[in-house]
Amino acid sequence: MDGSAGAISLQSVHVARGAAGNVLRGVDLDIAGGETVALVGRSGAGKSTLLKSINGLIVPDAGRVIVEGRDTREWNPYDLRRRIGYVLQEIGLFPHLSVAENVGVVPRLLGWEARRTVARVADVLALVGLPPETYANRRAWELSGGQRQRVGVARALAADPPILLMDEPFGALDPVTRAELHREFRRIQTAVRKTVVIVTHDMAEAFALATRIGVLDAGVIAQLDDPRTLARSRDPRVRPLLEPLLEARALLS
Amino acid sequence: MTLVRFLAAHRAEFAGLLLQHILLVGASTAAAVALGVPIGILAAKRPRLGAPVVWFANVVQTIPSLAMFGFLLPLPLVGGLGARVAIIVLILYALLPIIRTTAAGVAGVDRSLVEAGTALGMTPRQLLWQVEMPLALPSIVAGIRVAAVIGVGTATIAAAVGAGGLGEYIFRGLSMVDPTVILAGAVPAAVLALLVDGGLLLAERAFRAGRRTGRALIAAGTAAVACLLAVALVSARMGTSRENVIRVGSKNFTEQIVLGELIAQHLERQGGMTVERRLNLGGTFICDRALRSGDIDVYVEYTGTADTAVFKDAVETDRARVLARVRQRYAEGGLTVLPPLGFENTFAILVRGDDARQLRLRTIEDAAAVSRSWTAGFGYEFLQRADGYPGLARTYGLGFRSAPRAMDLSLIYRALAERQVDLVAGDATSGLVDAYGLVMLQDNRHYFPPYDAVPVARRATLLRYPAVRIALESLAGRITIDDMRRMNRAVDSDRQDPADVARAFLARLEHGRPTKG
Repeated sequence: MDGSAGAISLQSVHVARGAAGNVLRGVDLDIAGGETVALVGRSGAGKSTLLKSINGLIVPDAGRVIVEGRDTREWNPYDLRRRIGYVLQEIGLFPHLSVAENVGVVPRLLGWEARRTVARVADVLALVGLPPETYANRRAWELSGGQRQRVGVARALAADPPILLMDEPFGALDPVTRAELHREFRRIQTAVRKTVVIVTHDMAEAFALATRIGVLDAGVIAQLDDPRTLARSRDPRVRPLLEPLLEARALLS
Repeated sequence: MTLVRFLAAHRAEFAGLLLQHILLVGASTAAAVALGVPIGILAAKRPRLGAPVVWFANVVQTIPSLAMFGFLLPLPLVGGLGARVAIIVLILYALLPIIRTTAAGVAGVDRSLVEAGTALGMTPRQLLWQVEMPLALPSIVAGIRVAAVIGVGTATIAAAVGAGGLGEYIFRGLSMVDPTVILAGAVPAAVLALLVDGGLLLAERAFRAGRRTGRALIAAGTAAVACLLAVALVSARMGTSRENVIRVGSKNFTEQIVLGELIAQHLERQGGMTVERRLNLGGTFICDRALRSGDIDVYVEYTGTADTAVFKDAVETDRARVLARVRQRYAEGGLTVLPPLGFENTFAILVRGDDARQLRLRTIEDAAAVSRSWTAGFGYEFLQRADGYPGLARTYGLGFRSAPRAMDLSLIYRALAERQVDLVAGDATSGLVDAYGLVMLQDNRHYFPPYDAVPVARRATLLRYPAVRIALESLAGRITIDDMRRMNRAVDSDRQDPADVARAFLARLEHGRPTKG
């Protein structure tokens, strides 16, 4: 069992009623520290349920989820979540707080000194490409969709957690902005080296970001491989997800 | 213009009543926030626990406010006259809007924000204070706004239980049929409601745009609690009983206020007592409750009213028997009926003086012989009540050219004088009987029950202060119906102060004016 920073291990995880009522039926998944794993699958495959079992929003009915060597059942759930950055598709920026206050939420929960929080917020805003002097005091509704999602990423990174969970983070963005944020993500990931688990229904996004891709189907992992190997998959549960990618490539070549 | 003049002349009193009004609304709204917001949160989080409370608040909202005062008056701790019971009633009315909007505000927070807060590691408490409450705050403030505006209106009823406030002017004006005095209460109350509404609207907007919501909430809460404490202190002081203090009550119409003053001044001068005046209380029911709970020591009741309205006895028209029956009923409750004051405030069947002279009318029976060519005007209540017109018509064989007209009591005397109608049922002691030269026909078949005015007092008070009994007994038979009409007229038509009118009467009484046997 891997107890090192950022390591995650799911061992025959069963969830009878997960996010949106979807189920997991025996998921095994080992993620090493610093890896970026994408979870792909159609709607209802159990991607979000799996993600939420990692930060204890969902506790498995059977099996275990081990984060940094400890079962999520043994973690204090609040400590666990404060050690895990979380980015939602809806972003969930608090409308009554400024950008800086949104980003500083977790440091404040952790009881950081005010000065340290301010400095750290400025750093992460700069890291996600939002100069703090321009954006720190803005409100969520004064930002574009892409800018909001950058704030969401900054908020997840603020307390420097070893793990980052992203639930369809770029799903609501236009393709140009999405491509831009993909580039930004790769730059940031090179800089900070987090364990990242990213849920997406878009295989292209998975290929663009992940070191390994897991395909979920009906509550089990159909295949888990590096992008190159996965691209040659013959698995009938994986092929349909690859189809659009291959068609696009054929059109372009 | 007359309103401005009235307010200028009563500056100090007005300021006091306005302050009382603001304190009543402020304290009750603050307490309702302190109770209602947590209940609202509970209702949003645990609907099964919260639902019965919301149901209760809903039911409370449907109870008419005067009835609510009646329910609460006799209860220990919450009951009693004055600010305390008024604040409790106002709290009960303020609860519903605050609970509703708090629950709606908390339940209405975007689920994705709650999910984000949870995923970031907030405990349920942190989620509540850092996310849900700040976002629900505009909705909560909107509820407080509604509650406070309702409170400003409902607080005018508080005058009925002696809590003061602008309602004093409204009740006083209603009893004097003086629109200026009514407006002196109603207009400032309306202005106050608008100011409260506007002020809280600004607060609501500030919260919508604002940031340091948690701190603002705490500041507002602290201010509210301080306000509540201040009122609690004041009302506690008002509630403590002191030595040699007699509390005199009265209902809320001119004659009662004059009689209250008269008894109060007589007790001060003859009995050597300190008197607290709890005049202008909202009706028979409230006076009776106040007397029984010890919030007042004495007030003047009418035997017929006590018999039918308080004790719900069948109508009895024999004067002596009614008095004996009422005396015994009161005695069972530890209350003593003192000797009648000398006059009766009964229904008066009135005709114009010239008609009475020309047609030689002295009794209702006389009128029944000629009334076929007349029209009549009666109050709504008199037309309906079994002991009103239907029985009267049967007893005397009274009939008119057309069905009697339903009229407002305050207009009935003038309508008769101006020949719009030829016979009315009025009030025997109304000052307007003399003012318009009307004649009251005798009820020679004794259709109406007797309504002798009698002081009713707590037996314990009379035992403790024998001087009070002596002073009250010395008024026996001293006030004739003409005296009472004159005093009512002095207040209603000549706009004299009830206290001055009572003082002048007592002065004449003491200087040895012969009394009618």
